[in-house]
Amino acid sequence: MNAPHFIASPDWKRLQWPLAALALVLVFNLFCTPGFFRIEFKDGRFYGSLLDILNRGTPVALAALGMTLVIATGGVDLSVGAVMAITGSIAALLITKGGASVPLVIAGSLLAAAGAGFWNGVLVGMFRISPIVATLILMVSGRGIAQLLNGGQIITFENRAFQFISRGTLLGLPFTIALTLAVFAVLSFLKRRTALGLFIEATGDNEVASRYSGINTRAVKLLVYAVCSLCAGIAGLILVTDIKAADANNAGLWLELDAILATVIGGTALQGGRFYLFGSLLGAVLIQTLTTTILTRGVPVEFTLIVKALVIVIVCLLQSEAFRRIVLRR
Amino acid sequence: MNLRALQRNIPFLATAIVCLLLYLAGCLRYRGFTSPGVLINFFGDNSFLGIAAIGMTFVILSGGIDLSVGGMVGLVSVAFALLIEKSHFHPAVAIPVILLGGILFGAGMGFVIHVFGLPPFLVTLAGMFLARGLAYFLKLESIPISHFLDAITRTVRLPMGSLELPATALIFLATFALAFAVAHFTTFGRNIYALGGNEQSAVLMGLPIGRTKIAVYAVSGFCSALAGIVYCFYTFSGNPSAGMGLELDAIAAVVIGGTLLSGGVGYMAGTLIGVLIFGIIQTGLSFEGTLSSWWTRIAIGLLLLLFILLQKLIQAKKFRTAKTFQTAV
Repeated sequence: MNAPHFIASPDWKRLQWPLAALALVLVFNLFCTPGFFRIEFKDGRFYGSLLDILNRGTPVALAALGMTLVIATGGVDLSVGAVMAITGSIAALLITKGGASVPLVIAGSLLAAAGAGFWNGVLVGMFRISPIVATLILMVSGRGIAQLLNGGQIITFENRAFQFISRGTLLGLPFTIALTLAVFAVLSFLKRRTALGLFIEATGDNEVASRYSGINTRAVKLLVYAVCSLCAGIAGLILVTDIKAADANNAGLWLELDAILATVIGGTALQGGRFYLFGSLLGAVLIQTLTTTILTRGVPVEFTLIVKALVIVIVCLLQSEAFRRIVLRR
Repeated sequence: MNLRALQRNIPFLATAIVCLLLYLAGCLRYRGFTSPGVLINFFGDNSFLGIAAIGMTFVILSGGIDLSVGGMVGLVSVAFALLIEKSHFHPAVAIPVILLGGILFGAGMGFVIHVFGLPPFLVTLAGMFLARGLAYFLKLESIPISHFLDAITRTVRLPMGSLELPATALIFLATFALAFAVAHFTTFGRNIYALGGNEQSAVLMGLPIGRTKIAVYAVSGFCSALAGIVYCFYTFSGNPSAGMGLELDAIAAVVIGGTLLSGGVGYMAGTLIGVLIFGIIQTGLSFEGTLSSWWTRIAIGLLLLLFILLQKLIQAKKFRTAKTFQTAV
């Protein structure tokens, strides 16, 4: 694909606004936050604010990648945070009580995550329950299940090999970044090089028409919810290894909202249809950059909520045709 | 009652039966569960959830959703506490000011949703972030309220024999009575049902869609502001973190009460019973003696699942009867 073609493509147009917003925040930091762009090489790995943003943004980015597929089918998954808590609890249990090896821990906990997503998919795809309610069930009870697994305790563990997921480095960069890019690459491959991307977009655009043209929309929905929870599970492993403890109450709390926000910033409409995986990554990075910027300014982290509210309003208005009509008329 | 009316009422009846069964199970299992004090606590302890759920019922009936409820409770409780403690306002002034603020906040969201044609989910999500952020902006910690409230709660109460209905429960029941009347006996209420049932048909019938939509979110804003004030009466403090996740409990209570999330179908009384079920489960668990709050979450999740599957079953049956009718013709 040559450059002019790409610039003219709708994908690029969708990315203009989030890119401009990101650039704005970065320029602000260039002048107002000393040392923001400094990157050091120490003890075999790179350090710096920018890398920190990318590293800390990975849980939201991973959740947003999965969420993008769900939103593309016209759904939404509210259970992402709860799935992270469940994944973390199971991983901690397998390590402390089960004494399982690291690959087994990862496989076991991710399997549980995918199972949770499959459950969501069954409710939405088979029973045709509206996605908000269907995933609300797991959102409400998921944290309860995670606490039940943990016996209401925060389970701590020490396992250097397992902690590699969040603490490790690859080519001097945090392993989490490589992990997120790998998930992004796999999903992009499935979108571009298989019919799956088309099936997902078709299901979101017009489910009835898709079914009549022979697409198994049930299977598509089952798949996207399972993949979404799998992505959430990977993010859950990052969170649990980062603090070396499974906190069923707070792990990934409200993270689903950030994931939805990142997806919408990236240009995927909540009504479903076309989806933009790279846009969602960009959205996650933008949210984290805003958060980190506010933190480094010494402002309490709670104020990011106000900024997020503004971001949602601006993004929504930019995507609203009614708004464009009203503005253009004047 | 003819068959169709019965079929339409099945979700509501099922909720009522489950509520009754849960209560009877509690009475059989625990000594003292039958005491009227426990019954009163169902209303008093869940009053702010109940009031928020009443507002949510209006929004869901109209086919929308309001995620800003919990954030509003946090914002209102802090603002109310600050008005009384720092600015020394009398509650008679502070309460109307706060309620007006809630109405304006809700109406603002409704305006954006209607005029720009944006999804309610996103707009109210922004409202939730904004309200919660403003709450932390006002004050990061909890503020105790030492003026007025104590006197008010001591005078406003309804004696019932040896027991009494506290102010919080009274406000909840009064709000419910008002909401019940508005939903089922006014033009505005009928417009909401029409809007949620089928927006295009409502437009074609010439109903004031824009006005109704904005008003629905204003009502929800009013209810969540009132819930915030009741929270203050309940805890004697304002807390920016108050009502975290309250919107989800409210949605769950509404759905358990038999209201369809797609809008247009449901009863205000169902929501009352949904909130009661919340209360019974929580009280039952505290009688059990295990302080494991997670069982509440799991039980609520299971109940949600049960009721939604029941609703689906009824819908599927209705669909099938409609189909056989068509083929017969």
